[in-house]
Amino acid sequence: MQYVVITYLCLGILLYFLLGGADFGAGIIEMFTSSKNRSKTRKTMYQAIGPVWEANHMWLIIAIVILFVGFPHIYTTMSVYLHIPLLIMLIGIIARGTAFVFRHYDAIKDDMQWLYNRIFRYSSFITPLFLGIIAGSVISGHIDTQATDFLSAYVYSWLNWFSIAVGLFTVALCGFLAAIYLIGETNDAHDKRRFIKKAEFMNVAAVVFGAMVFIAAQRDGIPLIDWVFKNTIGLSAIILASLSLILLWYLLIKGKTKVLRLLAGFQVTMILLAISYAHFPNFIRLKSGNAISLVEAIGPEKTIYSLGLALLLGSILILPFLGYLFYKFQKKEE
Amino acid sequence: MDDFIAARSQMALSLGFHIIFSCIGMVMPFFMAVSHYKWLKTNKEIYKDLTKAWSKGVAIFFATGAVSGTMLSFELGLLWPKFMEHAGPIFGMPFSLEGTAFFIEAIALGFFLYGWNKLNKWFHWFTGMVVGVSGLASGILVVAANAWMNSPAGFDFVNGQYLNIDPIQAMFNKAWFTQALHMCLAAFTATGFAVAGVHALMILRNRNKEFHLKAFKIAATFACIGALLQPLSGDISAKDVAKRQPAKLAAMEALYQTEQPAPLLIGGIVNEKDKTVKGAIKVPGALSFLAHGDFKAEVKGLDQIPEADQPPVAITHYAFQIMVGIGTLLMLISIVYFILVFRKKPLQDKPWLLRLFVWAIPLGYVALEAGWVVTEVGRQPWIIYGIMRTKDAVTPMPGVVYSFYIFSAIYVSLSIIVVFLLYRQIKMVPVLYNQSETSRS
Repeated sequence: MQYVVITYLCLGILLYFLLGGADFGAGIIEMFTSSKNRSKTRKTMYQAIGPVWEANHMWLIIAIVILFVGFPHIYTTMSVYLHIPLLIMLIGIIARGTAFVFRHYDAIKDDMQWLYNRIFRYSSFITPLFLGIIAGSVISGHIDTQATDFLSAYVYSWLNWFSIAVGLFTVALCGFLAAIYLIGETNDAHDKRRFIKKAEFMNVAAVVFGAMVFIAAQRDGIPLIDWVFKNTIGLSAIILASLSLILLWYLLIKGKTKVLRLLAGFQVTMILLAISYAHFPNFIRLKSGNAISLVEAIGPEKTIYSLGLALLLGSILILPFLGYLFYKFQKKEE
Repeated sequence: MDDFIAARSQMALSLGFHIIFSCIGMVMPFFMAVSHYKWLKTNKEIYKDLTKAWSKGVAIFFATGAVSGTMLSFELGLLWPKFMEHAGPIFGMPFSLEGTAFFIEAIALGFFLYGWNKLNKWFHWFTGMVVGVSGLASGILVVAANAWMNSPAGFDFVNGQYLNIDPIQAMFNKAWFTQALHMCLAAFTATGFAVAGVHALMILRNRNKEFHLKAFKIAATFACIGALLQPLSGDISAKDVAKRQPAKLAAMEALYQTEQPAPLLIGGIVNEKDKTVKGAIKVPGALSFLAHGDFKAEVKGLDQIPEADQPPVAITHYAFQIMVGIGTLLMLISIVYFILVFRKKPLQDKPWLLRLFVWAIPLGYVALEAGWVVTEVGRQPWIIYGIMRTKDAVTPMPGVVYSFYIFSAIYVSLSIIVVFLLYRQIKMVPVLYNQSETSRS
């Protein structure tokens, strides 16, 4: 059963990255849209993510619940040493979710919209930035459980070049996923062209920030290059991701939307796989050189058994219902 | 303010905020389902309008409840890491099931809010019901987790070690049923009175009378049934607390000395230093009866509990008095309401009754929060009753005070915005829904 639980944890994180990421990205796209096109983008975006956005964010809840029930030591280590970025991310989640709903459900459309829009855009940027920073910090080996002073225990654990580069990389990936998703959500030729432009822009940004992640890793002494290139799975994942990039640009120019989505999702999955496979099942790398592993930090047997069962039963209820939701509200091609 | 108090205040604030939004989010769907059903059955446009109007409120509250709930699932670790390290695997079962229920609720809400004219009308109604049922299930599960903190079960505590963990047994601890029942009824009562009161106010102001009267009746019926059942559930809870947590019961009633028979104190000023209560009305033997079902039974006072294990008495006592006082008042309003309904009196001709409901808008929630204070403050100094102290669970990170200030600011501004949005929704009812009313007449 422990592998069921670990699989669900990885799946939850991946799906949150893809679906929640595309959702954050929609706000990032809005941020990088010139003000004359903004209201149109907003409308497309609302139709596209309105019905599904809350479900997309449930993956975070699933992942966090699995962590605190099944891997309490990992959950509490993160909570203690990454308290500050987690807090900022949470503020972002609160601000973004409420601003999105408020701007739609305010019965009178007046100057308040300006405020909701601002909050929505900034929090759509800050939240994935800090999610990325947290993800980067977990594997960066900067978490120091023996630290005695405030800065090295609670600040340098996440405030370092590598974590920030991963954060920016995450933002670019979210924007990229969203742009690809939005291309398929509009029938307007002008809009389609705009989203294709955005996807291209975000793709270039992702490549640039991706390179920065490698440079920062080198600078901070993180063996990222070894993880990715000296490991068969990591290497093949990164090769597949790069090859699919060529196909992706070809399809972008052709404007094939449905395949494009799958391909973008595949690409991001491959990137995550390449980064995490080499040190799996180690989840948190510590400054002392030790690591907290998913297999070793796993909770007591009975807990894992019932958690696994709950997840399996839950999926039988959730997945068909969720699939139907996406199916029912996707844009019909005219 | 030291970090420990800041952490407790932040937790209390977050829960106090979340509790209102999640209660509305879990109860309103049932009101909508009734109105929606009436529309499908009678084809009267006014019920469709009402369902839509309410669904906008639900969307606002659900989103706010969902983000504040996400916040809480992290906050447990951010503020109480040592508690979560040990408690996570034991009391996590209801949380993992709650994750499922919450997920289903979010999916169903997507269908419901965006499904007008897109789905089969009965499937659409069904998704609305799913929102309500899964919301209620989430509520029960979360309360079951809290009940475990009051009544730890499903493990053996040996030399500081948590052994033989059984999460199922932990979920079905001794307090889960009484607490969940009391909480669900409170949610229906508080939300029902708040919603009914708002519509009563609109009827009094002569705005869209028919629309608001239909809304008022649905909400008031739920509210009054809840308010009539709540005292029974309260009685079960009191007897349960007397058995499991005598310190909490003693604090609720500010019973400093063990007495046989013990009187029930109504009101009174507690002096924690002198351990006395001034100016309370004493009902002889009543506490013995409430706690043990026997007017002559002995009730344990705080004198039998070590000083270090005693909860703050004044707060618990006042909160308990507020809860019971309001509960009684709402029960009386409910009796009057049902008498009028059964005698088939037209409610719009009774402005005094409508005014009572207007006054009751905040009362249900005040009682609900007070009840929450009773159960949480009454459990102190323990985070896991009898096992782990709250002060031993707090995060080692200094400076929690600042995060408390930030979150206070966020919650206050969110509350203001939500009230502002609801005000605007209600203000726009004549513009948004008048058409159907005039076209019908």
